[in-house]
Amino acid sequence: MQVDESAAVGTGLNTGGSSKAVLAYEAGLEQRKMMVRVSQVLFAIVFLSFWQWASGRIIDPFFVSSPLAVGGRLYEWTLNGQLWSHLSVTMLATAFGFFIGAGIGFALGLLFGKFAFLAEVMDPFITALYSIPKLALAPLFIIWFGIGIESKIAVSASIVFFVVFLNTFAGVRDVSQIYIHSTQIMGASNWAVLRTVVIPSATAWVITGLKVSVPYALVGTVIGEFMSSNRGIGYIIAQATGLFDTNSVFAGIVILMVVGAIINGLLKKTEGWLLRWKE
Amino acid sequence: MQGAITIEGVDKRYISRGRETVALDSVSLNIQPGELVSFVGPSGCGKSTLMNMIAGIVPMTNGRIIHNGKKVSGINRDVGYMTQADSVLPWRTVEKNVALPLEYRGVRTQERKQRVDEMLKLVELEGFNKSFPRELSGGMRKRVALAQMLAYSPNTLLLDEPFGALDAQLKMVMQQQLLNIWREQKKTIVLVTHDLSEAIAVSNRVVVLSGRPGRIKHIENIDIPHPRDVFKVRFLPEFERAYDSLWEQLSSEITKGESL
Repeated sequence: MQVDESAAVGTGLNTGGSSKAVLAYEAGLEQRKMMVRVSQVLFAIVFLSFWQWASGRIIDPFFVSSPLAVGGRLYEWTLNGQLWSHLSVTMLATAFGFFIGAGIGFALGLLFGKFAFLAEVMDPFITALYSIPKLALAPLFIIWFGIGIESKIAVSASIVFFVVFLNTFAGVRDVSQIYIHSTQIMGASNWAVLRTVVIPSATAWVITGLKVSVPYALVGTVIGEFMSSNRGIGYIIAQATGLFDTNSVFAGIVILMVVGAIINGLLKKTEGWLLRWKE
Repeated sequence: MQGAITIEGVDKRYISRGRETVALDSVSLNIQPGELVSFVGPSGCGKSTLMNMIAGIVPMTNGRIIHNGKKVSGINRDVGYMTQADSVLPWRTVEKNVALPLEYRGVRTQERKQRVDEMLKLVELEGFNKSFPRELSGGMRKRVALAQMLAYSPNTLLLDEPFGALDAQLKMVMQQQLLNIWREQKKTIVLVTHDLSEAIAVSNRVVVLSGRPGRIKHIENIDIPHPRDVFKVRFLPEFERAYDSLWEQLSSEITKGESL
C-alpha cells in the first residue's frame, strides 16, 4: 500500500540518483535561465548606451544628465562619504517606519480579527482614517515631531500601518473554522490557537501587506525629506532640484531605485521561505 | 465510566432565513465504554451535528450529553475528532502536525519526538516526517490526521466520514487499521458514515437516523465476533442479514428525503 501511494505522490520522496532525462531537463532549465540573464544585461547596456549617446545630441544634458555624469556623481559621493551619511538616515527612517507601522498594524489586525464586535464598531472610523491621503499628514508630523528623523518615521509608519492592518485583519477573518475547532479539541488554549493556527494561516495575507508596504515606507520617508529636512536622500534630491543640478537628482533617484529593488528582493526570499508549505 | 457517552433527550433547532429548522429531535442513546457505534442516515439527518455536539463545538437546544462522567459544555478535550474535511494544518510538516496535541500539553521535545515516531510507524508513514501535507495523497493525509488524534490517546474517538473521500481498496485498508487500533487500545469509537458496509464491517451497533428531523429510527446489533477481517466479513450470513435489515430501514428514509 505504501509503495503504491508514495509512487503516486512523487514529490514527497525522490529516488535519489538522477537519471539522464532529469539531468538533460535540468540542463535545459539552466540554459534558459542563463539566456534570460544575458538578455537582461544586454538590454541594460543598450539602454544606457542610447541614453549616453542621446544626451547632448538629441536631448539637453542639462535636463536629463547622462549615465556617465550620474555615475561620476555617485562615485564622488561614495568617496567623500556623503552617500553613506545620507543613505543611512533614509534607510533608518524607512526601517523604523516600517517596523513600527507593521508591528502596530499586525497587532491591531489580530485584535480586530478576533473581536468581530469591535471591528464592526470601529469600521467607519477606520475607513475614514484610511481615506486620508497619508502624505497630507506629513506637514502635521513635521509640526509635531520636528524636521529630524522622527517626522519621517511617522509618515512612513502611518502609511505602512494601514496596509498591514487591513491585510492582517482580512487574513484573520479568512482562517478556517475547521482548523480552530480541531486544534481546540486537541487541547489548544486560545493563545496556542493564535500561535499555531491564526498567525500561520494569515501569513500569506500579512506577507502580501508587508511586500506592498515596504516601497511605501520608502516613499513616505523620501516625501518627508522633500518637505523639510537636513539630511537623507530625499534632502539631496530636493537640494539638487533647487540648484538645477540634474546629475545629483538622477544620482539620488538611482540610489532609491537600487535600495527599493534590494528590499523587494529580500522580501521575496522571505516570502518563499515562510510560504514554502503552499504550492 | 471512562469513554462512556450518554445522550439524553438531545434536540437541535436552528433558525435560518427566518425559519426554524429541527435538525435533531429528542435523541437518546447510551454508548458503552469500548463500544464501536456507527450512525447512518440520509444526508441532512443531523449525524454530523450530533458528532459536533459530543465534541462540544455546537451547543444543543435541549437535553444533555455526558461523556466520561462529565456534562459536555464547551469544547470537549477528552475526545479525538476526525472530521470529514481535511483538518491537517497545511503549514506544518507531518511530524509537526502529529506533535501538535503533545505540544499543547507541554510534553517535552524528546518524548514528543519518540511518540511522533511511534505514531507514524503505526499508520505506516515512516519517512514522511518532513513532508508538508500538500506533498501527500488524500489517504496519507487522513493517516496523518489519525496519527495526530491517537498521539494524545483520547479514550474516545469521533470519526465523521473519515474515509469518505478514499478509493474503495484504500478504504478497506483504513477500516482494518481502525479495527486493529480499536482492539489493541480499547477505545470508544463513534463513527458517522454513509457507507452501510463500512458501518456493519466495523461496528458493534449501527444506529439508523431518520431524515429531517433526525430521530433514532432503528438500532441494529452486529453479532459478528472480533477480531474481524473487513475483507472477509462481507461474505458472512450475519453481514447479509444486517445489511438487509438496515437497508430496509434506510431506504424509506432516503426516498422520503428525495420527495421533499
